[in-house]
Amino acid sequence: MSLFLLNLLLALAWAALTGQFTLPGLAIGFAVGFGALWLVQPLFENRGGGYFVRVYRWIRLLVLFHYELVVSSFQVARDVLTPRHRARPGIICIPLKARGEAEVLLVTNLISLTPGTLSLDVTEDCNTLVVHAMFADDPKAIARQIENGIERRVREALE
Amino acid sequence: MILEIFMSVCVLSGGFFAFVAGLGILRLPDVLIRMHATAKAGTLASGLIMLAVAAGFGDASTVARAVAIVVFLLLTAPVGAHMIGRAAFRSGVPLWPPTRIDPDAHIKLGVKKPPENDRP
Repeated sequence: MSLFLLNLLLALAWAALTGQFTLPGLAIGFAVGFGALWLVQPLFENRGGGYFVRVYRWIRLLVLFHYELVVSSFQVARDVLTPRHRARPGIICIPLKARGEAEVLLVTNLISLTPGTLSLDVTEDCNTLVVHAMFADDPKAIARQIENGIERRVREALE
Repeated sequence: MILEIFMSVCVLSGGFFAFVAGLGILRLPDVLIRMHATAKAGTLASGLIMLAVAAGFGDASTVARAVAIVVFLLLTAPVGAHMIGRAAFRSGVPLWPPTRIDPDAHIKLGVKKPPENDRP
């Protein structure tokens, strides 16, 4: 994580030199510093030890998450505002590959905010996640979708 | 001008989704489906309104507070929905009849299955 500290330091330096200790000033400094570090990455051991890949994965996770939040809100809005209830709900068990409390917490939180699923409970051993799905015609497909979507992205970002 | 249009769109769509979340509590058939409406539409609604606030004021302290509000909402809203749903499921609150429950769910969680005739 020392590259991250270096990046923060560059952001501070940028803010100090431009005389703009504001949020946008620091954000621009961070972006410029990230670009500079990326240019000189052959100089670091191990090419930065995956720092650049990790930042890319975090950004991808955030973009995916915001997109899914908007989609799921429109889905809920449609179900609430149309006269008939379209939902075919079900309660599904999903095997969890995520390890460690931070990963499980992030996965369950994100699942609750993405389309059609709401996390209900996790077993004692953190191996199985129980979710409530709005459209549970095919429980296996939902399990696969979570495993290959949110869960994989979270594991990639946190590993 | 463009900023004003952007802010109006954010506030109006935020209000729309807040309305949907509230109406969802009233209209949807059981507690778990209601949690879908409040967790998703409610979070998006407050996020949109905070985006409009941040864009409208534009000074560092307001933006920082708006960002903090959104971050805390993203952390707490799903946890709240999770806990309410968990309590409802464990205590055997009757669910909407079409709900299909995985028969393993109760065993894996180590909770008692509610008797069938409890369900309306």
